[in-house]
Amino acid sequence: MSTTNYLFAGFGGQGILFSGKVLAYKGLMDGKNVSWLPSYGPEMRGGTANCSVIISDNPVGSPIVSKPDVLIAMNLPSLDLFENSVAPGGMIFVDSSLIERKVNRTDVKVFYIPATKLASDNKIAKLANMIIIGKVLKETNGFENEESVNNALKQVISAKHADMLEVNLNAMRLGRDY
Amino acid sequence: MANKVLMKGNEAIAEAAIIAGCRHYFGYPITPQTEIAAYMSKKMPKIGGTFLQAESEVAAINMVYGVASTGLRVMTSSSSPGISLKGEGLSYLAGADLPALVVNVQRGGPGLGGIQPSQSDYFQATKGGAHGDFHMLVIAPASVQEMAELTVKGFELADKYRMTTMILADGTLGQMMEPVSLDFDVKPMPEKPWAATGTKMQRKHNIINSLYLKPEELERTNFERFERYKTIEENEVMYEEYLMEDAEVCVTAFGIASRVAKNAIDEARKQGVKVGLIRPITLWPFPTKVFEKYADKVKGFISVELSMGQMIEDVRLAVNGKAPVTLCNRSGGMIPSPEQVLESILKVNNGGNK
Repeated sequence: MSTTNYLFAGFGGQGILFSGKVLAYKGLMDGKNVSWLPSYGPEMRGGTANCSVIISDNPVGSPIVSKPDVLIAMNLPSLDLFENSVAPGGMIFVDSSLIERKVNRTDVKVFYIPATKLASDNKIAKLANMIIIGKVLKETNGFENEESVNNALKQVISAKHADMLEVNLNAMRLGRDY
Repeated sequence: MANKVLMKGNEAIAEAAIIAGCRHYFGYPITPQTEIAAYMSKKMPKIGGTFLQAESEVAAINMVYGVASTGLRVMTSSSSPGISLKGEGLSYLAGADLPALVVNVQRGGPGLGGIQPSQSDYFQATKGGAHGDFHMLVIAPASVQEMAELTVKGFELADKYRMTTMILADGTLGQMMEPVSLDFDVKPMPEKPWAATGTKMQRKHNIINSLYLKPEELERTNFERFERYKTIEENEVMYEEYLMEDAEVCVTAFGIASRVAKNAIDEARKQGVKVGLIRPITLWPFPTKVFEKYADKVKGFISVELSMGQMIEDVRLAVNGKAPVTLCNRSGGMIPSPEQVLESILKVNNGGNK
């Protein structure tokens, strides 16, 4: 009986909502209860975008994540805003190519991944989000079954863009192996 | 789980409406319900339906009146300020006894307000919504699955009783995604001998109208309509009870507030507090009887709302002074936290509100 609360946060345009969706679908594929809730409103234009994802063995109550077990911070304002809300013992994933400072908390596990740099080095500049997700899945034991990761991706990437499937999966593998 | 897909609540409403046989959608964009219109604009042309972005909310609701007059399933959707604009049409639909589905994905008010979730249109929805003696059937989903299922049910009830069903959701339910199964049965649409579909020179004209200049006649139509409302109050009430069997404290909430409340209730139970939830699913008709049933058994009721306290008035009427009823709320687009609800529960449990 477990519930994991994820909070994805970054700039609008970094694929925050998309990566949350991949994770939610992964949960669905694994037979879990899931919810996905985006921030919506004017703050999305150039400002911070975030989304709450809950994956649980039980029916999901409130879809709002206020104390994340896992925080994915893709820019400094997001880390500043949400660092202190992370549940003790939780995890923080930081895109260290965009966030120079270290996490202050000492009661959480922190993973620094230079996702944006890894993405541009590998000529997949827009897929920093997927690199981070690869790492998140690995650290939360979600990457053991690559098939369900692949199936989740298939649900999120429309048939029209099927050629992007492998590219996204590769980005996730990059994160997993970092 | 294979047949489940992740959908936004707004999209689930739109797809369910199409499954229910709705082929006419009229609307005007407004956050946070625009995905309904967007979905309809993509789908309707492909299935021989009509999507029309009207010049205003007033125009859209009157287009709904037109299609409803012909007996076809029709809907519109909006968010709080837009629903106010539709008020005139809602009253005319009621006066002409026309079935229609109207969705309100609420945002904070009053005025232009904000765009974040709210439940502050409860009064407007359940007490008529516009001028004249009338009610709408008001249904409050609390999950994306219910956004879909209750949309289908909403069309069925609208046809059955020849009235407007309002789906009263909020920005959170509209924007969030959850797994949804769209595999449900839709009852065939009933015959509508009253519809204005052309006489073919074989019957008398059907007249769709809400103007009655003779007060005796207008009173008679109102009496008849309220007889129908009585039947609805007896037969169509929907609610959910959660952990109420041994409850000493009763939380009540609808829609998104009920989900926050469940988190708090689960936490309170862990602390040994006997607390449960009554979740009204129909807001009109209000599930009065279930409150009466527990009024003598609990220490108190807590109404959790995203408003300054609107449903609480119906709760108090139902409880009828037999137990204290307190409010736990946020307003203007804010959502109560599970901690805030938990605090209210502990307070009532400790007798703090007597």
